[in-house]
Amino acid sequence: MSALALRGVGKVFNPGSDQEVRAVHGVDLSAERGEFISVIGPSGCGKSTLLRLIGDLTPPSSGTVLVNGKTPARARLDRDYGMVFQSATLLEWRRVQANVELPLEIMGMDAAERSRQAAAMLELVQLDRFANHYPWQLSGGMQQRVAIARALAFKPSILLMDEPFGALDEMTRERMQSELLRIRAETGTTVVFVTHSIPEAVFLSTRVVIMSPRPGTITEVVDIDLPEPRSDDTREDQRFFELLTDVREGLRAVEDS
Amino acid sequence: MSPNARRLLSFLGILAVLIAMWEGYKWMGTATGGVWPGTGIGLPVRTNERSMPHTWDVVIALLRPARRGGEMLLLVLLRAALFTWRSALLGFVLGSAVGFGLGVLFVRSALAERGLMPHVVASQTVPILAIAPILVVWAGRLNVTRWLVVAVVSAYLAFFPVAINTLRGLRSPDATASELMRSYAATPNQVLWKLQVPAALPYLFPALKIAATASIIGAIVGELPASMPDGLGRAILNFAAAFSAAPEKLFASILVASLVGIGFVGVVVLAERVLIPPSRRLEDLSEAAGPQSRTLKEVVA
Ligand SMILES: Nc1ncnc2c1ncn2[C@@H]1O[C@H](COP(=O)(O)OP(=O)(O)OP(=O)(O)O)[C@@H](O)[C@H]1O
Ligand SMILES: [Mg+2]
Repeated sequence: MSALALRGVGKVFNPGSDQEVRAVHGVDLSAERGEFISVIGPSGCGKSTLLRLIGDLTPPSSGTVLVNGKTPARARLDRDYGMVFQSATLLEWRRVQANVELPLEIMGMDAAERSRQAAAMLELVQLDRFANHYPWQLSGGMQQRVAIARALAFKPSILLMDEPFGALDEMTRERMQSELLRIRAETGTTVVFVTHSIPEAVFLSTRVVIMSPRPGTITEVVDIDLPEPRSDDTREDQRFFELLTDVREGLRAVEDS
Repeated sequence: MSPNARRLLSFLGILAVLIAMWEGYKWMGTATGGVWPGTGIGLPVRTNERSMPHTWDVVIALLRPARRGGEMLLLVLLRAALFTWRSALLGFVLGSAVGFGLGVLFVRSALAERGLMPHVVASQTVPILAIAPILVVWAGRLNVTRWLVVAVVSAYLAFFPVAINTLRGLRSPDATASELMRSYAATPNQVLWKLQVPAALPYLFPALKIAATASIIGAIVGELPASMPDGLGRAILNFAAAFSAAPEKLFASILVASLVGIGFVGVVVLAERVLIPPSRRLEDLSEAAGPQSRTLKEVVA
């Protein structure tokens, strides 16, 4: 059973009105468990909408979405999703530890287990020393790591990330990318990752999905056959540069059309 | 200097300026015979002892017997204030609870908001002076203790700011926070208590400060038609009737009434200090009033 199966998925906003937008159209996509899929494309091409369709934050207008063989609504109720957005969206009145515990609290885990689990997650993102800080006492990159720890705390089978590193500087961004790869290697989570950055997509992914706007659809899928495990050396690899070129050309074809 | 010391100092400074303006105006009027200096234009307020007693006379009046051979005025007024405050406190608690409940109801149900919000707004445009006697008469038939009726009048004024600001606070978390809760498959109650209510607390406290002062006004006004002999309302009415004979007594009761209000707000401020860290406080009332008036406009539109 694949982790993700989309067949002819489309989304039309405000159908029938003069503000009708065909945000996503005829998308077919499937992913095996443990895959890392990046979605890249020009602004407004429907990347976020696609992610929201998968995550049951908005219903599709056409086609079917299956997550672990279930409808998105079922998958959400089964707590299959971990979500990370561009802003960390931490609750400002909760300390870091309590923020990571939030989903566990909602899922009814008992206090001792909860605190153990959250501590383990904070260790995973190397923020265990900041467990008792408030979000505003952390840098943007640290806040985003807390958001990732929170998303992973209940061991979701699929991680949906919408430009999670978009607001970070280049150095922090590369460090976060390496960390995300390490975390994924430890947890085996399937990831769908929206980004604007070509090197980020190539470095992280097993496959890069290129989308075109109006209507938002998949124009090309680039398999990333870089050797595992990836490290900072990967970024200097000859194959890395070839793949960057492939994705860039795919994007240029989209923008020229 | 600590911020608290600075605040106290500026409070005392402004108080001194106000007293100086009062006494200065009085002195000028006495010196010119009630006209603006160098003109024949009369002053808007007479400056004689019957209209404007000296500030110190007001203080001295507090320390003198209220009636010949009776108790000190201050004690009489404080006892009346305590009596009124009992109704106001209950009215405050009742009104805040109702206001909070309405806020929760409105955030849960758009239908309830659309249906009820106009009535909630309209309720505040009806003069409390008209509402109070109606409630008193109704409660009279039900055999309810009168000070409880006064508490209801007080709650009538107190609930409104709390309802408006609670609603605004409950709506304050951004969409991504709500979507996060959705992704955890949180129940509506979990969303309310783990996201919306904590987010609403900084909005709630400025509203509670307004509710505290409104509940005192409500209690004082409510006491009049209820013909309560023991509260500040009756005392103020009595001293108003005797104003030309002993104006300083009315001013003294105004002073005590406002001290009660300030004390009440002070309790709310203390609660806020304990419950809300400085980084999350909405410091002044204008921030509460701003969104509130905006919400009102939305309601009207
Ligand atoms: N809730 C909505 N209502 C109406 N239109 C919407 C809504 N959400 C998105 N759209 C439209 O759908 C299209 C795709 O939007 P989407 O946010 O998915 O793009 P994106 O690829 O994520 O863009 P970006 O890279 O800028 O984040 C846009 O034209 C947008 O205006
Ligand atoms: Mg987007």
